Amino acid sequence: MGRLSVSLCGIELDNPVIPASGTFGYGHEFAALYDINCLGSFSFKGTTLQPRFGNPVPRIAEGNAGMLNAVGLQNPGVDAVISRELPKLREVFHKPVIANVSGFSVDEYAQVCAKLDGEEQVGWLEVNISCPNVHGGGMSFGTDPKSAAEVTRAVRAVAKKPVLVKLSPNVTDIVAIAKACEDAGADGLSLINTVMALRIDLKTRRPVLANVTGGLSGPAVFPLALRMVWQVSQAVKIPVVGLGGVSSAEDVIEMLLAGATAVQVGAVNLKNPFVCKEIIEKLPAVMDRYGIENIQDIIGGAHG
Amino acid sequence: MKQGLFTIVENTPLNARYARLVLAGDGSAITAPGQFASLSLPGFFLRRPFSVCDWDAEAMTLVYESAGRGTALLRSLPEGMALDVLSGLGNGFDLSRAGDEPLLVGGGSGASPLLGLCRRLLSEGKRPRVILGFGTREDVILTGDFLALGVSPTVTTEDGSFGIRGFVTAAMELPHSFFYTCGPEAMMRAVARRSPTGGQLSFDARMGCGFGACMGCTRMTVDGPKRVCKDGPVFDKEAIVWDD
Repeated sequence: MGRLSVSLCGIELDNPVIPASGTFGYGHEFAALYDINCLGSFSFKGTTLQPRFGNPVPRIAEGNAGMLNAVGLQNPGVDAVISRELPKLREVFHKPVIANVSGFSVDEYAQVCAKLDGEEQVGWLEVNISCPNVHGGGMSFGTDPKSAAEVTRAVRAVAKKPVLVKLSPNVTDIVAIAKACEDAGADGLSLINTVMALRIDLKTRRPVLANVTGGLSGPAVFPLALRMVWQVSQAVKIPVVGLGGVSSAEDVIEMLLAGATAVQVGAVNLKNPFVCKEIIEKLPAVMDRYGIENIQDIIGGAHG
Repeated sequence: MKQGLFTIVENTPLNARYARLVLAGDGSAITAPGQFASLSLPGFFLRRPFSVCDWDAEAMTLVYESAGRGTALLRSLPEGMALDVLSGLGNGFDLSRAGDEPLLVGGGSGASPLLGLCRRLLSEGKRPRVILGFGTREDVILTGDFLALGVSPTVTTEDGSFGIRGFVTAAMELPHSFFYTCGPEAMMRAVARRSPTGGQLSFDARMGCGFGACMGCTRMTVDGPKRVCKDGPVFDKEAIVWDD
């Protein structure tokens, strides 16, 4: 165990830094820039049963200290991910990867998870019940404790790998959803997905995004994410992966202090493609500055 | 693709609408005309992508339109300031398909990447012809730069205040071996329809990352969904699926 290592659902990570789903593709664009084996892991692009084109463009807008996306789960479908993307991914990444899964029915989540669960390189399944940019699926499962539990149970029943359920912040009581997922057998939780948001073009007087609304991410949402990680990690016994606006080594430490076991880095990858590598390289010096010997010792440390 | 610091050595208006930005820095990542660079601007989360107009090993020139808050800020940035730039983004134009007399058709700021393309076609012994279309006389840019290369561009303006009245297609009677075009989609579509030859079209898109990670700028093609930033911005005429 190195001083940066943490354990997530029984799998050791060299460090707690994980690029978040949807900001890292299947790793290739970044593997061309640096050796991505320095990462703790990464969560690949959200995968559904069928190929999806996603939403019409524009899919991207900007906010102060952040961005909105309404990509709408563009992906080639689980069979193409397994036959085409995972073999290529194995060439550039030699650690367990997080398979991010989305769906439009409980059965679809279970089918996709069952397929990916059998893939050797998949370390964890991350069940996205929180995509705000698709209609009739995604977030509609993650805003009600009963349906969140139903998806969790269905996936848990077919999977051997640890199941992380990725939660939406677009709810009144995220703790109730988190507990429902824990009770239904989730091995861990990832939070938060993006915050539903809107921009309007002053020239056209119409929404910027073709989908009208999009998910806000980036530094703007970090304090909100931190608060939710704080609340959820106190209420559940399973590990929490903290994400939402994490952009620096200091943010990683802060997320761990709030109760996260590992941290995902999302939107900032799109602005600075080297940011995850830079955060990992800076972590030891930042830990030294704050008197942290081993990073796993500070998980939940702010709870007193 | 490379990330690096570039220093502003020139940031001057060409007219009320367009400006020229010359950035000194390592241009070695740029491998083809039609590629773009993405600039991180102070106070904005997302980078701003711009076509490279021309470049060498030590500098690149961008021509940009003041279109929103980002480009308005860019206008105000002083010479000597350093900017974080991703360079060498996108595929760029394929010069091997040009034939002897390629036609280059640019609309508005779409004229920009055609200048670097024209220079390289000339260096390969080709005889490029250039048509540039603008709304009105006050918008006309880069004609002097093409003349300096020894190519006299045919200019069209929609209101007839300069050159030929009408759209670029009004000047498209020139015979040509292949076409390259960059500009508004309606213009490129008209060019592709009018031309009997093969061609390449360079698309603009609202991008998140600019290097293929976020799927923000996807466009459907006959070969399936493609990322304008990474698989493009240049696409073959035969691959385009037009929105109807």
